[in-house]
Amino acid sequence: MTLDLKVDGQSEDRAETYAQGILGTPEDRPDGHAKVSGAATYAADDLPEGCVFGMLVRAPGHGGVTVLNEDEVRGTAGVLAVIRDPRMIRNAAQGTANAAPVQGVDQADYIGQPVALVVAETAEAAQHAAQSLRLRTDGEAGPVNPDDVEAEGEPDTMGDLDAAMADAAHALDVVYTTPSMTSAPMEPHAAVAWWEGDRLTVRSALQMLKYNRNELADSLGIDPEHVRLLAPFVGGGFGSKLGISADAVAAAIAAQELGRPVRVVQHRRQVFETVTRRSETRQRIRLAADDRGRLTGIGHESLVSNLPDEAFSEPVSQATYFAYAGAHRVIGERLARLNRPASGSVRAPGEAVGVTTFECAMDELASEVGIDPVELRLRNIPDKDPHSGLPFSSHTLARSLNEGAARFGWADRPSSPRARREGEWWIGTGMAAAFRVNMMLEAEARITLTPDGAVVETDMTDIGTGTYAILTQIAGEALGLPVDRVDVRLGDTTYPPGSGSGGSFGAATTGNAVWLAAQEIRQAIAQRMNCAESDLTLKDGTAICGNTSRAVVELLDGASLEGHGHVTGGKAFQDVRQSTFGAHFAEVAVSDVTGEVRVRRMHGTFGAGRILNEKTARSQCHGGMTWGIGMALTENMVHDRRDGHIVNRDFAEYHMAVNADVPPLDVHFLDERDPWAGPLQAKGIGELGICGAGAAVINAIHHACGVRVRDLPATPDRVLAGLE
Amino acid sequence: MRPFDYIRAEDPAAARSAAAGSNAAFLSGGTNLLDLMKLEVMAPDTVVDISRLGLDAIEDDGDGLRIGATATNSDLAADMRVRKHWPVLSRALLAGASGQLRNKATTGGNLLQRTRCPYFYDTDTPCNKRTPGEGCSAIGGETRNHAILGTSDHCIALHPSDMAVALRALDTTVEVEAADGTSKSYEMDDFYRLPGDTPHRETVLEAGDLITGVRLPAPKGDRQIYRKVRDRASYAFALVSVAAVIRMENGRIAHAALAFGGLGTKPWRDPDFDTLLTGEAPSRALFDEAADVLLGRAVSHGGDDFKIPMARRVLRAVLEEATQ
Repeated sequence: MTLDLKVDGQSEDRAETYAQGILGTPEDRPDGHAKVSGAATYAADDLPEGCVFGMLVRAPGHGGVTVLNEDEVRGTAGVLAVIRDPRMIRNAAQGTANAAPVQGVDQADYIGQPVALVVAETAEAAQHAAQSLRLRTDGEAGPVNPDDVEAEGEPDTMGDLDAAMADAAHALDVVYTTPSMTSAPMEPHAAVAWWEGDRLTVRSALQMLKYNRNELADSLGIDPEHVRLLAPFVGGGFGSKLGISADAVAAAIAAQELGRPVRVVQHRRQVFETVTRRSETRQRIRLAADDRGRLTGIGHESLVSNLPDEAFSEPVSQATYFAYAGAHRVIGERLARLNRPASGSVRAPGEAVGVTTFECAMDELASEVGIDPVELRLRNIPDKDPHSGLPFSSHTLARSLNEGAARFGWADRPSSPRARREGEWWIGTGMAAAFRVNMMLEAEARITLTPDGAVVETDMTDIGTGTYAILTQIAGEALGLPVDRVDVRLGDTTYPPGSGSGGSFGAATTGNAVWLAAQEIRQAIAQRMNCAESDLTLKDGTAICGNTSRAVVELLDGASLEGHGHVTGGKAFQDVRQSTFGAHFAEVAVSDVTGEVRVRRMHGTFGAGRILNEKTARSQCHGGMTWGIGMALTENMVHDRRDGHIVNRDFAEYHMAVNADVPPLDVHFLDERDPWAGPLQAKGIGELGICGAGAAVINAIHHACGVRVRDLPATPDRVLAGLE
Repeated sequence: MRPFDYIRAEDPAAARSAAAGSNAAFLSGGTNLLDLMKLEVMAPDTVVDISRLGLDAIEDDGDGLRIGATATNSDLAADMRVRKHWPVLSRALLAGASGQLRNKATTGGNLLQRTRCPYFYDTDTPCNKRTPGEGCSAIGGETRNHAILGTSDHCIALHPSDMAVALRALDTTVEVEAADGTSKSYEMDDFYRLPGDTPHRETVLEAGDLITGVRLPAPKGDRQIYRKVRDRASYAFALVSVAAVIRMENGRIAHAALAFGGLGTKPWRDPDFDTLLTGEAPSRALFDEAADVLLGRAVSHGGDDFKIPMARRVLRAVLEEATQ
């Protein structure tokens, strides 16, 4: 039996009535000790007997690829094979692609494309042999700069924005740019592949196994039923492991050819090129407002890029559609097809860059109108989605703004820039709203209740987000078990297919599947207790109905109970606009001498429905806000303008925010339930923290020193240009 | 990484002879060499490990200090004598790299660290420093953190050290034992070469020459400042850095020694700049005139144009602070 739920409407909050009291509490991660002690085995850690080592080889240029010394390299000591197989993939698959990306090794569409795999007895020999392989490419670079091509796509238009701008009491027309960025998970992309007959097993670093299995099978031309994927621990993903990557396909091909297990780990410099980057954007933002700052028109038109034949286009203005009122609109993206490395989803695709720049423009408008930036947002909160006309499932922007402002101490802020100085440092504060669409995919989960406790199984992944913890809590709450009696098993395609991790949907989607599986078991227990499930209380292994109380172990009578849950997002996600909301506040210091910016404190208030684990949710927000600091101040993947190749392919030169850049981050969650979001009434929290965080920093720079930086990141030279 | 012979030298003489006459590299902390070997940017046939030669002492030497070549950056920065009398050195060291790297990186290795020019690191792009005569990819490419002083048509790569900038301002000498056992001592300016048409030759060292230490003379100024501008608060190379050693007498600048990072193909010092300041009363006009002397010689490449106004501002701030 399976308890199926298509979420078409509102759900009752059953969890509120349950007695175990572990849903939402800041439980430690059950996998935490294994991770910090090195016992957790990531993709490349656990090697089968006889495993050999593969190293991908990058294309040094564009066009047709010729290998000049293949025989010589093949003859090198320790080298087992030089593989150039047409099934090898050009770049990582896009999230939920469910099919192979572009394949082939004879044509390099971008510099850095993997075009060969060298396999050797040791990792060192493989790396040296890969570096020794001499390749010639015969092509000129195709277009590599967004301005050099005719971009595809037209924006959505409502009303007459030009007229609204002409008639507006206050009109703003500005261009912001954001550079390419990388996801930079700590664990590089890696795979270990082995065959048993026509059955393939691959341990890899992946976010969405259900899709990844189909992508890998399609790449290899085999039946997905013959593929087993394992990803019990994943060292960060941030979108870069949504789709199958070049290492896994190449490892599977090599393992088949050699009849031995093969491990392929991408070098950090390869990760920068072969997995999808966040597209650079050029965003024209137009705002038309009346004399009180109420928006009459919104323009948000963006230019983004991707490789030919990639379906993904950075959805920059995804949240702009519903963020603020304003009748006249021009919103959308144009896509430039470039021979740069592929772009794809990176933590909060769309909102991360789109909300950030839009919230900077809103700050500019607040200055124009002469009102407080918080007040400007409050005056423009729509009562329904202005684009679709749909009602909101819940709307917590006003609460976030007001509670966040109070907690941050926003009221003390001087209204004009350059009002506070400490030595050479200008001090200022800034804020921004946060928006992130809320999604539900499809997931299944199985729970087996035995006298020892509950075992939860799904091919869901924990990419560092805390999935092991929250699924433990969800099952434990519903079944009345303490956390140490729940064993969550993830990351294996032999388990029921979960949603995978991505788009902030993982916890709510797979969590609801686990919840439903538990409901099925609750029904069976209620039956044995001769009561209605709704009258059943489960706590610490005891079932209580009215005056009757029995140990669940007794009810099981030595056997086990199985529950299977299946959830799908339905009409509640189509006929109602679901989003999470928040408000960011930042205080910065800007050096009048050097233009260096230091963030001194940051606060975020967030509304995301029920918080499933207060600790892991907070960690997600800390991570997002840290990324926001990086986006505002340091992160910049540089493409050589001559051929598009990524110039800074290591962590010394690609600058993520380091500890010294990150001040104390204060996070507050609104106490909220969203009945449209499914039985758990929880929405996604994994990405909300980055959406708009950088804008609070950029706006604080302006408040500190009067400089508007519209080309991110605000590196010292760019701030200084404004101070000169 | 290309296969290589590894030799752990028993004494300096053995190290020198092991390294002479072949494509050899001395290994101390390895924080730069090993990275470059993994990428095959550097591919020595022989690696001579000098980390156990006892060259790590920091000793009083008359009025000055003698610092062994393998003294770590962490130990040197924490040395109480350095902190008290040569604080500009301690601050420069602590402004560089990360705690983990400083625990391994050594004095001699830091002097010899290679440029961070991204094209030097990318073996698929031509680089005259890596392969003489191949061409320079940085010229016409991405130049945000390249040199604007001391460049040539063949190379615009920046010297990335913080430590060496402070050492230049402190009139440090580099002590070398040659392969034949003779001892040599170099002023910092003579130790480093300008790229010219041989950018692969960065110092005067010949094969087998072993840096045994550096000597700091007695401090010539009590006002010492190291100021570094970088893209993030830690673990980033200098966009511009200034090491200043100043002594004031009767309201005038009696001694001025300033060295610069982030600007030159080697740790930079301009004698005309120091001369212009010496004997003068501090003023905004004087500082700007000095900046004109230094930066009038700069040639920028687009991406690094910002360094000229940035250096001017930082210079002014450092000199104001040092001469107050």
